[in-house]
Amino acid sequence: MAMTATAHGSDDYDRRQRLRWWTMRIVVYALLIAWAVICIFPIYWTLTTSFKIAPDVMKGNLVPWYDYVPKWLGWRSLGLSPDTIFSTSTVREEFTKRFFNSVIISTAASALAVILGSLAAYGLSRFSFRFGFMRNSDISFFFLSQLILPPVVLALPFLVLYKELALLDTRIGMIAIYTLMVLPIVIWIMKDQFAAVPVELEEAALVDGLSIWGAFLRIIVPLVLPGMVAAFILSLVLCWNEYFFAALLTSTDAKTLPVMIASQTGSQGINWWSMAALSAAGILPLIFIGVLLEKHIVKGMTAGAVK
Amino acid sequence: MSTADGDLLHTVNVDTISASRIRLGRTLLWASVALMFLTFGVQALFETGVTPFGFDTWRPVLFTYCLWAFALCMSRVMIYGEQGKKALFVLPAVLFVLSMVVFPLVFGLWISFSDWNLSSLTGRKFNGLDNFRQMLSDPFYWNALYNMLIYVAAIIVEYAIAFGLALLLNADIRARKFWRVTFLLPLMLSPVAVSWMVGKSMLEIRFGPLSRFAKWLGWEQPSFFGSPEIAKLTIMIMDAWTFIPFMMIMLLAGLQAMPKEVLEAAEVDGASRWQRFWEVTFPLMLPVSITAVMIRIIFKLKLADIIINVTSGGPGGATDSVTSFIFREYRDRSNVGYGTLLAMVYLVLIVIFMTVLLKIADWLVRRATGAR
Repeated sequence: MAMTATAHGSDDYDRRQRLRWWTMRIVVYALLIAWAVICIFPIYWTLTTSFKIAPDVMKGNLVPWYDYVPKWLGWRSLGLSPDTIFSTSTVREEFTKRFFNSVIISTAASALAVILGSLAAYGLSRFSFRFGFMRNSDISFFFLSQLILPPVVLALPFLVLYKELALLDTRIGMIAIYTLMVLPIVIWIMKDQFAAVPVELEEAALVDGLSIWGAFLRIIVPLVLPGMVAAFILSLVLCWNEYFFAALLTSTDAKTLPVMIASQTGSQGINWWSMAALSAAGILPLIFIGVLLEKHIVKGMTAGAVK
Repeated sequence: MSTADGDLLHTVNVDTISASRIRLGRTLLWASVALMFLTFGVQALFETGVTPFGFDTWRPVLFTYCLWAFALCMSRVMIYGEQGKKALFVLPAVLFVLSMVVFPLVFGLWISFSDWNLSSLTGRKFNGLDNFRQMLSDPFYWNALYNMLIYVAAIIVEYAIAFGLALLLNADIRARKFWRVTFLLPLMLSPVAVSWMVGKSMLEIRFGPLSRFAKWLGWEQPSFFGSPEIAKLTIMIMDAWTFIPFMMIMLLAGLQAMPKEVLEAAEVDGASRWQRFWEVTFPLMLPVSITAVMIRIIFKLKLADIIINVTSGGPGGATDSVTSFIFREYRDRSNVGYGTLLAMVYLVLIVIFMTVLLKIADWLVRRATGAR
């Protein structure tokens, strides 16, 4: 900061400034590293535990190859280790079934929510509706207020209704409920996206002879596609991790991965290695999504929050 | 639903709709309504035992409802032309939410005044206000509500940590993207996996790394779920761990959107780092902060997965949230009536609580922006 370097005084000042700057650096990076350890360690623990055998778990060994020898025991119990992957395994069949249930339910629900939510958000941002006493702002509020609704309020009525409708333990039923769960978030994100698109674009498109839907599909959707992807990814994460509805409404056919993880208690305590392998298999897809698509997730979460 | 004047996107309607097309649209709509009520009536009479014929389940009624929804959308276009096509944007979502929320809510109100054990054959028995009376004298429910208050209050600490982390990430650091991805990871993890691998494995008294760390720090007999206070604290910390990144990302976005000139002006004016934060950054961040905290509160009020999996409410209901309590209540006695009433009361309390909170937040923002 010193503009002119003159005598000893400013030299001393410089040194103090530099010292302060270095302390700040060290404190900042120390805090960053400390929090990174807090974030990473549970994931590290899950991954390493899945390669342990009973004595290693009991001794609480931490570092593979240094204080224990990694074994495939946990993954073998899932039928996913190198030596069992090509042989038949009932556990693996069970696991893949649950895994694909989770994949199908969460992608279908997210896609449906993005379609319904984008259409609604676009309509609300461009046209004014009257629905009984409700105006546009009321309809928006009606959608967004679903966010407050705790799942437990709907859970038991849904249980009874689904039983009567024979939708209990079906993928369709779960997809419908997850769509409902993420729809307000999608509408929240997409409203923000459409508000940023100037109306003149559609007006020009209409003048050129496109219909409203044509203008929406061919001009607007390509423009807001990044926002739709963000909403989709965020919904995917929420649906993949959902446990409460899945635990109540599924039993055998449509059971999702979180429910399978939660029900892994054997008669003689918990097999930590297989538990860890299962948990790791459950969280790894999301870690990949989190690392690769972080930009979209951040975009989805911050839409509408920052003006 | 019809569109009114004052659209942001104006359209010129040139289409002339023939009378026969309108008639066809009306017929289609009313035919589907009639079909829906017919199936509903047949099934209702069958279920109550008046008539001997009907369907095994209520599913056909659902199909006719879907048919009606489709016919409604079609008839909008047939009757109103271009105007109807505009309604088509919002109508599907409205119908979906109405059927998935409003109908179950009304149905839930009906269940909540009944004694209904799903596993027994007697079915639903209307019991008036009995459930309500039972709730008033249920210490566990009030305890769960009290716990929710404490859990929500813990958000202040989470907010402080999240703000600190956002400031760190906004500082002049290298590899910002790496830190941001790392800090975001806990949010990606499924709460169930977290509660098993962190709550049960890492906090295991004999071999869990955190227990051994606590022993090394000098805690003789670490037990994270022994006493009610510590158990509550452990649950709070685990929940905070997964959700701090969420608030952090929102606050970071707020910090990055802040005008740099204001901070520079404050620095030129000779404000210290501390002053700059409290006098400039914090008030400017207030709107974003309130949005982040509000959304966090909404998510916190749904807290259940971790509690169900780690402590299932123990010790003695000390960690119960309302959701986990109702979940257990249903699992143990499979009585949907009482559980639904508890959930309904919870919903009413939440709506009141959130309304008051929004008013306070409004007042805070107005005061902060008005003072400057």
